[in-house]
Amino acid sequence: MTKEEAENERDDMLIDGPEETNALPDGFNANYLRIYYGKLFPHADIFKWMSYGNDGKHPACDKSYFGRREFSFTLENDIYIRFQSFNSVSELEHSIKEKCPLKIDIGPVYSVDPAKRHAYTQSGDNVFTPVERELVFDIDITDYDDVRYCCTGADVCLECWPLMTVAIKVIDTALRDDFGFNHILWVYSGRRGVHCWVCDGKARRLTNEQRAAIADYFRVYKGNENSNKKISLPGPVLHPFLARSYTEVLKGFFEAKLLSNQNLLSSEERYEKILEMIPDASVASELRGRWQDNKQSSMSKDDINVVRWEQLKYILQSGKQKVQGLRRCVEEIIFSFTYPRLDMEVSKHMNHLLKAPFCVHPKTGRVCVPIDPNNCDEFDPTTVPTLSQLLEELNKGGLRQDAESEWDRTSLGESVTFFRSTFLQPLLKSCKEETESSYNAKLQQSKNNLSW
Amino acid sequence: MEVVRSDRKSSSNDVVVSTLPLYRSAPPLEVRLEDFELFAMDRLRVLKGISDGLSRGKKPEEMENLAMDLWKANMRHLEATEGVNKDVISHFVLRLVYCRTEELRKWFLSMETALFRYRFHSKSSEAQRVLMSEFKLPYKPVSNAEFESVKDKLGQVARSMGQTLPAADAIFYKVPFEEVPELVAGRRVFIHKGHAYVAMNQVVSLVVTQFRSNLSKALILTNRKWTSTIREQEKDRLAPIVEALCTSYLGPDYSQPKEFAEISIKDIDQISKTSFPLCMRYLFEKVREDHHLKHGGRMQLGLFLKGVGLKLDDALAFWKAEFVPKVGAERFDKEYAYNIRHNYGREGKRTDYTPYSCQKIISSTPGVGDHHGCPYRHFSEENLRAALARMGVGSRVVEDVMDKVHNRHYQLACTLTFEAVHGSSCDAGINHPNQYFIDSQKILQSKNGSVA
Repeated sequence: MTKEEAENERDDMLIDGPEETNALPDGFNANYLRIYYGKLFPHADIFKWMSYGNDGKHPACDKSYFGRREFSFTLENDIYIRFQSFNSVSELEHSIKEKCPLKIDIGPVYSVDPAKRHAYTQSGDNVFTPVERELVFDIDITDYDDVRYCCTGADVCLECWPLMTVAIKVIDTALRDDFGFNHILWVYSGRRGVHCWVCDGKARRLTNEQRAAIADYFRVYKGNENSNKKISLPGPVLHPFLARSYTEVLKGFFEAKLLSNQNLLSSEERYEKILEMIPDASVASELRGRWQDNKQSSMSKDDINVVRWEQLKYILQSGKQKVQGLRRCVEEIIFSFTYPRLDMEVSKHMNHLLKAPFCVHPKTGRVCVPIDPNNCDEFDPTTVPTLSQLLEELNKGGLRQDAESEWDRTSLGESVTFFRSTFLQPLLKSCKEETESSYNAKLQQSKNNLSW
Repeated sequence: MEVVRSDRKSSSNDVVVSTLPLYRSAPPLEVRLEDFELFAMDRLRVLKGISDGLSRGKKPEEMENLAMDLWKANMRHLEATEGVNKDVISHFVLRLVYCRTEELRKWFLSMETALFRYRFHSKSSEAQRVLMSEFKLPYKPVSNAEFESVKDKLGQVARSMGQTLPAADAIFYKVPFEEVPELVAGRRVFIHKGHAYVAMNQVVSLVVTQFRSNLSKALILTNRKWTSTIREQEKDRLAPIVEALCTSYLGPDYSQPKEFAEISIKDIDQISKTSFPLCMRYLFEKVREDHHLKHGGRMQLGLFLKGVGLKLDDALAFWKAEFVPKVGAERFDKEYAYNIRHNYGREGKRTDYTPYSCQKIISSTPGVGDHHGCPYRHFSEENLRAALARMGVGSRVVEDVMDKVHNRHYQLACTLTFEAVHGSSCDAGINHPNQYFIDSQKILQSKNGSVA
């Protein structure tokens, strides 16, 4: 489809003139989305990524690879189509532009083309089965409702968003330093959380059992809504991973930010929740006594949350509390307020679908842009470009011809550039190396066999 | 695998150490038809005993004792060679029995792997090394220099598990983390850049992973042979035995409602109070109260209701009525209806999913905001007592139930509750929520019958 055709398909009102474009109503609508897919969505980058180098000319490339990947589309009126597959970037792009999905989900690479799966079901055995899938993580702010007081449910603000930042730091470091993964993409989910895609070849080929093991490695929450203690850290010292997360990220964040941001100890209702986590009733009641009395001392300039936290730490960690459980208690409180809460099921199974990066969230209109884990503190979900903002920018810059591509004229350009330079290019480079080395190994092997 | 550092007793190499069969190939032995069946039954008793032990949440040490006792009681033979023959023959017969569906394979694989683990663990370190070398694992112990560089971290991991620091000459193996998922999941190893440092006393995990993957592959092959040749060739001789062996022991899966087929929505409130086990009753109350349940809860309750006889249309109506006040009809149709149809085999893989057994529910890991799981295992004592009181369980029985809970006999605790609520005994014990339901309905109907 040429550019003119694409523009003709658009609602005329939108491209009439620069003056009127400021009047674009906010939010989400199907017509905007059509333009977004037509001009801004990085189809080719998604294709390059999901091909993992198999779209090249090298003889070891698996030409069927991309075509065995499941895509699923959510259309208007709640129509949900699963098991879509495409054999080329143009097929992918054409289908997205034509169907204009509200949401695109990416599933695993199957043993056979998922669109033809029914043809294989007759043969009885499980021929149709997932064979590769990125290791993915889904972290959702709604899972933190019991530890944030600023918002509930799907709302998120700058007071509670740092919980997500902390999650990114903890998980990202462990994925790289502990598990040795390199190709990791963090994406804003468009509304209330973050997604993580680990794309190393090794990660894509993990079995469900191995995925579950990694998810469990990250898990410290035990017990459901009916048990008081949500965190349990047994043993006299912490595992190196937990110890590092605690000293490098969690402790500082809790004491310097969360404590005051969320006013964790300012009112009786709130401090009671923390006192509940202290296993020794006499210690808890000693603190309660002090806190109930010192309401008048709010004259002090110091933040009451910080003052009370220091008191709590002093009592729990002072020499006379020899009991192991009590010393560990400070750590348990910090962990239960700040440690990442993963949606375990998403990570454990190969066949879980996850929303594609660069989709637009239908409720907020915000684009699911990548987040730089090295600068995640600077990420602000409230300034992520929205669909209407992007179209405005597109219309404003409509006369400029110097921009290299459409998204360079909009605030999406930065995200696309970031995606390419820090994620896609290094990934494709190592895919190429992997392909070549496995090919050479095979070649060597067959040579050896011949000379035999 | 070479173990270099421990050549203390090389003189004992001449002595034949008794090891374990690895079941690499079927034995070239003649077997009498009675033995064929009897041996298999004996081994099944061992595997079934292990399965029950695991579902009662027994600790690893208790499990090992249990498994060894079961082994002695059922499998030991006066003649050592006869014992080995029985071991090998029974294993291969059961392979035939349990190769035929995915569900059967999964169960057999878990139980045989567990059995192998306990038997390996009980062997002398000499025998363990011999077995390790038979597996030909390609790992070398870490060098002294490397050991020094990670000594602190290894010590930290050991202490986090309450163990003493590793000795200076301790042997560690460096293996890809994927090879030891269970050690990763429990954070029982130090992991750095993709490699896990496995202590000598943890190599059982390495060996077991190997055993499991060999057996898993073998079962697929056996299944192919079974369907292609054996079933036809042996249709008058072995096939009937094989088919009888598996159904007689695994018990029903409750995927199809039987005796009390079809309940309708209007009865469901009443029935939930009289005949649902606590786990389901709690979920049911929760969905009524919150108009929402997270994924784990929807699966556990949804499949149970299917097993109870709720038709797909009724199930959709039920969940919709509950969820709509919270999420709205549109979101329900979009996000939840699919999964319900999926459970009934109308979407996706089109498998008719089976309701969860007690074992599965007990071993589930509910997190923050989750309500599923086994109340006897996952509730705090206080909450469990309150829940039992609401079911009308008298205070004396509550104490008995709590006693079972403290000893981690969750199914026995549920059985006691059943008996108290229904005022009649339940000799078979509770193994499945749908069995609880059926047994309950039987009792209630016979009571109604005798009144009428």
